[in-house]
Amino acid sequence: MLEISASCIGCSKCVTACPFGAIAVENKLAKVNEKCTLCGACAQVCPVSAIEIKRKEESSDLSAYKGVWIFAELSEDRKNPGGKTVRAVTHELLSCGRRLADELGEELCAVLLGNGVEKLCGEIASFGADKIYLVENEALADYNTDAAATVMVALITKHKPSIVLYPSTYIGRDVAPRVASELYVGLTADCTGLSIKEGNLLQTRPAFGGNIMADILSPNTRPQMATVRPNVMKKNEPAPGAKANIVRETVALKKDFSRVKLVERKFDDIGATENIGEAKIIISGGRGMKNKRGFEMLDELAQTLGGAVGASRAAVDLGLMPKPHQVGQSGTTVSPKLYVACGISGAVQHVVGMSSSDVIIAINKDPSAPIFNVCKFGLVGDATQILPKLTEQLRKRKTV
Amino acid sequence: MNIVVCIKQVPDTTQVKVDPQTGTLIRAGVPSILNPYDHFALETALALKEKTGAEVTVISMGPPQAKTVLRLALALGTDRGILLSDRAFAGSDTWATSYAIARAIKKIGKADLILCGMMAIDGDTAQTGPGIAQQLHLPQITFCEHVAVSGRKLTAKKLMDGGHEIVEAQLPALCTLVLPADYKPAFPSFPEIAAAQEKDLELWTAADVGADENLLGLKGSPTRVDRVYAPPQRARGTVHQGTAAELVEKLVCILKEENFIKC
Repeated sequence: MLEISASCIGCSKCVTACPFGAIAVENKLAKVNEKCTLCGACAQVCPVSAIEIKRKEESSDLSAYKGVWIFAELSEDRKNPGGKTVRAVTHELLSCGRRLADELGEELCAVLLGNGVEKLCGEIASFGADKIYLVENEALADYNTDAAATVMVALITKHKPSIVLYPSTYIGRDVAPRVASELYVGLTADCTGLSIKEGNLLQTRPAFGGNIMADILSPNTRPQMATVRPNVMKKNEPAPGAKANIVRETVALKKDFSRVKLVERKFDDIGATENIGEAKIIISGGRGMKNKRGFEMLDELAQTLGGAVGASRAAVDLGLMPKPHQVGQSGTTVSPKLYVACGISGAVQHVVGMSSSDVIIAINKDPSAPIFNVCKFGLVGDATQILPKLTEQLRKRKTV
Repeated sequence: MNIVVCIKQVPDTTQVKVDPQTGTLIRAGVPSILNPYDHFALETALALKEKTGAEVTVISMGPPQAKTVLRLALALGTDRGILLSDRAFAGSDTWATSYAIARAIKKIGKADLILCGMMAIDGDTAQTGPGIAQQLHLPQITFCEHVAVSGRKLTAKKLMDGGHEIVEAQLPALCTLVLPADYKPAFPSFPEIAAAQEKDLELWTAADVGADENLLGLKGSPTRVDRVYAPPQRARGTVHQGTAAELVEKLVCILKEENFIKC
């Protein structure tokens, strides 16, 4: 419940901030009505900390929480400026959420926040959602922390899901901890495995820079929340024409609800090569590629095979490749059909970012390099000697 | 302007090894360092101090050994160092940690800007910064590469998927920082280190910051570690040696076998 203490000064900031019209000021004191969803937007703006939200007793009955939710992350549609598309990681969350929901015998629900995004519901349904909570509002047109966190807290408080999954992306990792902090529930970061153990969500994640794996439970709080690493969970085949029950939720957010204002947005120019997160073939290089010429060799091979160029942290730090191409713990996790590691020693921080690739080929001068412990095929040799010859051979074969 | 920087002492995880038999971390001989992201957050705060004359307070929650990173922060030019240390904190997850640190920041008083590393390299969660922001009801800007302040206006360059954004907010606010590509941490000189030994560090307990013990440590943490183990090893594959020409032939065979090129 929401408590407003006597220190209230009747300033009405909470009245303006409330997305549900649940607060009014009477006789210079804020009063809350039955429309309150406990979203916490008022407490965020109260200048005298007069508002306190008490949730403890509300979350004591764990069995009241049902349903697996996923936070549907959208991205800018770069072919259609101003429009939005569903990110591939959302497909992965839906696929993984479907499996968990089936095992629990519960519904799979997606939460879709935006403005003019109803047309994306079909795509979300095709990946297995039974229900879509659709919240459309001007203040949600572009992702922002304040609006997304407020709406998530309100929806979770109202509908009581047992599990909420977010993508482990800049957006998911921004909103999820705020929601968890407000609701006082467990949140596990950057999971690479999820399963059900005795009715609880068992969350598997790497820690210590990928040196160890940990299984985490949130046994006494609901919902159980996790962020899920992209490119790890297997994506289901979409079922075109599948229908989901669309539940529209209305919120009255002011257009300037977000306390953080966007001034400018700039996309990286990743050049002719494909985005490594979605590439089927990745030719990756490390310190052993020596210089820019070495990375041109990788690019030539990648273009011949139809793939993208990746890089180790060492190569990125040397300025041989821009950061968006970095594979590993502090870069992107990839799981292509083919990963060719050239002149990469195979530090654990790199390996955690590529070890779920289907086929790994390693080329390295040092026969004791740890990369040879994770590859399917290893070649002991100088990649800068081997790659140009290989590209030449493959090009010849193509033209024959 | 008052800036608070939250820092953590961590094992240098690039030097940690795992015992393949027991699956436990071999910590012996692994140095403890200031979390690199926090190091950059601290340098960002000190650069702002240079420009605006801000007062910089650094706070760390951890065991008594964490004094080392606070001393390092003082030697680099921080005005005030606080160690938040209490047995009651042991086993705190990100929820309980952000609760305790938020209580401490409340006690510090008027904090205009709070800076945190985007994550610590041992836990890799990136959850504590936003958790503190929510507890303190502050706006947050996560994954910042650069933070500037002009009057009460904060401008930050932050990462987003596929690019970056320039955003603005009014102080007070909390930012978490990523590492710029060419970042090399600054370390103090010997005279600076010696001078920092003379400065006082404040030691605060759970009671000092008015934290509810039921919300701290293992008891107050919603998450539980069920099991810790070594990552599964992939089977070692076949390793080929030979001249460059032989290896190229071998590669063509492999690509054919695995159906990446047509026969």
